[in-house]
Amino acid sequence: MPIDRPALARPLIELRRVAKTYHLGEVEVNALRDVSLSIARGEFVAIMGASGSGKSTLMNIIGCLDRPTAGSYRLDGVEIARQSREALANLRNRGLGFVFQSFNLLPRTTALENVELPLIYGAVRARDRRRRARQALERVGLGDRVHHHPNQLSGGQQQRVAIARALVGEPKLVLADEPTGNLDSAASAEMMTLLRGLRDDGITLVLVTHEPDIAAYAERVIVFKDGLVCSDSAALVRDAAGAVRLEGGRA
Amino acid sequence: MRLLETVRIALRALRRNRLRSFLTALGIIIGVAAVIAMVAIGEGAKARVEQAFTAMGTNVLIVSSGAKTAGGVKVAAGTLPTLTWDDLKAIGAEVPGVRCVAPRLHATGQVVTEDQNWATLVTGTTPEFFEIRNWPIRLGAGITAEDVDAGAKTAVLGDTVAAHLFGASADPVGQMVRIQNVPFRVVGVADRKGQSPGGNDYDDVVYVPVSTFLAKIQGGLQSYIAGTIMVEVTADDQTAVVGARIAALLRDRHNIGAGADDDFTVKNLTETANRKEESTQALTLLLASIAAVSLVVGGIGIMNIMLVSVTERTREIGVRVAVGAKPRHILFQFLIESLALSVMGGLAGVALGLVAAERLALRFGWPMLVRPDVIALAVGFSALVGIGFGLYPAYKAARLDPIVALRYE
Repeated sequence: MPIDRPALARPLIELRRVAKTYHLGEVEVNALRDVSLSIARGEFVAIMGASGSGKSTLMNIIGCLDRPTAGSYRLDGVEIARQSREALANLRNRGLGFVFQSFNLLPRTTALENVELPLIYGAVRARDRRRRARQALERVGLGDRVHHHPNQLSGGQQQRVAIARALVGEPKLVLADEPTGNLDSAASAEMMTLLRGLRDDGITLVLVTHEPDIAAYAERVIVFKDGLVCSDSAALVRDAAGAVRLEGGRA
Repeated sequence: MRLLETVRIALRALRRNRLRSFLTALGIIIGVAAVIAMVAIGEGAKARVEQAFTAMGTNVLIVSSGAKTAGGVKVAAGTLPTLTWDDLKAIGAEVPGVRCVAPRLHATGQVVTEDQNWATLVTGTTPEFFEIRNWPIRLGAGITAEDVDAGAKTAVLGDTVAAHLFGASADPVGQMVRIQNVPFRVVGVADRKGQSPGGNDYDDVVYVPVSTFLAKIQGGLQSYIAGTIMVEVTADDQTAVVGARIAALLRDRHNIGAGADDDFTVKNLTETANRKEESTQALTLLLASIAAVSLVVGGIGIMNIMLVSVTERTREIGVRVAVGAKPRHILFQFLIESLALSVMGGLAGVALGLVAAERLALRFGWPMLVRPDVIALAVGFSALVGIGFGLYPAYKAARLDPIVALRYE
């Protein structure tokens, strides 16, 4: 793909008329009906909505874990709907990082090895892998916990390991699905501060949550209802509007 | 991702569940051990049969009297003496393909020294006998043609007899023994021969010249040979042909008309040996196939545990796929896990099988015979079992939808 001005100006995420229909036996479920939206590089977007509103489906599509039934999804200019499973795996490996509500760390595996996981599939050499994983753990403040197993870490620490795992591949986009859902409020606040800090590295962050307090950390809030975008605002709940404008200028 | 990395991941997963991995591999361990032990048993038995027949002498035909029909009932060979000393000479002189012949006459008798005695088989024969039986003399000399001509009272002791009468390490040559109260001078001790196919001790015997045997031990009617004629054939593959020639000669000499039964029996040892070998071969095959079935059962155990493992690690699979594992990475990971289980089980089974085979060989006094091709086959087959039975669970894992897998409880 040629690196030129339009490529830089182009939004990172571009959905046009995306629909996703599931077949549960004879019942058709329209998880997403007709969604068009774009997210610029470096944006921090929160996606809200009741359960069943389609926000998780959207997350799966943006995360290249699923393909839309109809419409077009371009990630960094690449049409996802037409990619093979292999190609999607490569995209997830190189361009994306995931943070889940339930951490999803491998049990009985050290923090370091958990963080190394994406690099293993990225065919990074063992020594580089270890170095980069250690750096990622230091970045989330767990430089002294590299050899701990998940069950020896608190929830907040486990989620930070998960963030280190999401960051180790130097992704353009980090997707967080209810990252604070299993954390107490102190750990949640810590987590959100950490996530918001990723903007400084130019990482685009998409966060799914149903808690307004958590969504308040984002610069923009998209609300889903019944598989449609219900509202999309530069939700300036408590944040300074200036930050939004700054990011917009960069995009 | 490199293959080595996949192997490492698989081995770590197995190490995490040591006991379970061991129990799963146990099926393969037992299966492979059983195959190796069974084949070793079969080979050992076969080797013992071969050894025994080789000890009897190769290319040997045994002609015995009898097999005469008495009122429709066939009397066992040797019960009625029909072979004459002229028959013996005729076989030696007239039948092409015969290298030499020797009579063998038996009687059980007590052999007595000054302070010991031993009941054994006293055999009267000629020097050719030791050639036919391929039986060297360990100490002293054998029976000579002069001894036979002169009816000398000389004796060659079998190893067992020598050991019982004089002690295992003694040299009894020159000593006197009494057989049926007749004094004999010991001229030699025959080399150790071992056991017959029937389990009899070949070395529990005393040889005397046939002329002396007839005069001093057997007594009675002597125009017929009250024993057997041993015939050595010039070439291995000629035994059947020469046997037929001998039969034709004897029928002619005994004036047996067409359609009438033989009054003698020609036993072909090579044929007997081959038949015996075939039957042990069949037994080996049977034992090995039963053992192979247990290998397949072991494979089913592996499949079972791999399916459990895939279900248990659904979330792990989801995470791996989310961070960029391709379906083939997952497939290989689980396939290599089951392959590692079965191959490690196979190698452990080889070790166990070798120990078992050695124990059994010791127990039964067989030679320990482990065929390298059987080991390779057993390990190869267990690897095949690992791949075969691991394929479905691995395929199932690779096909998991990451979205479902990540939410799996």
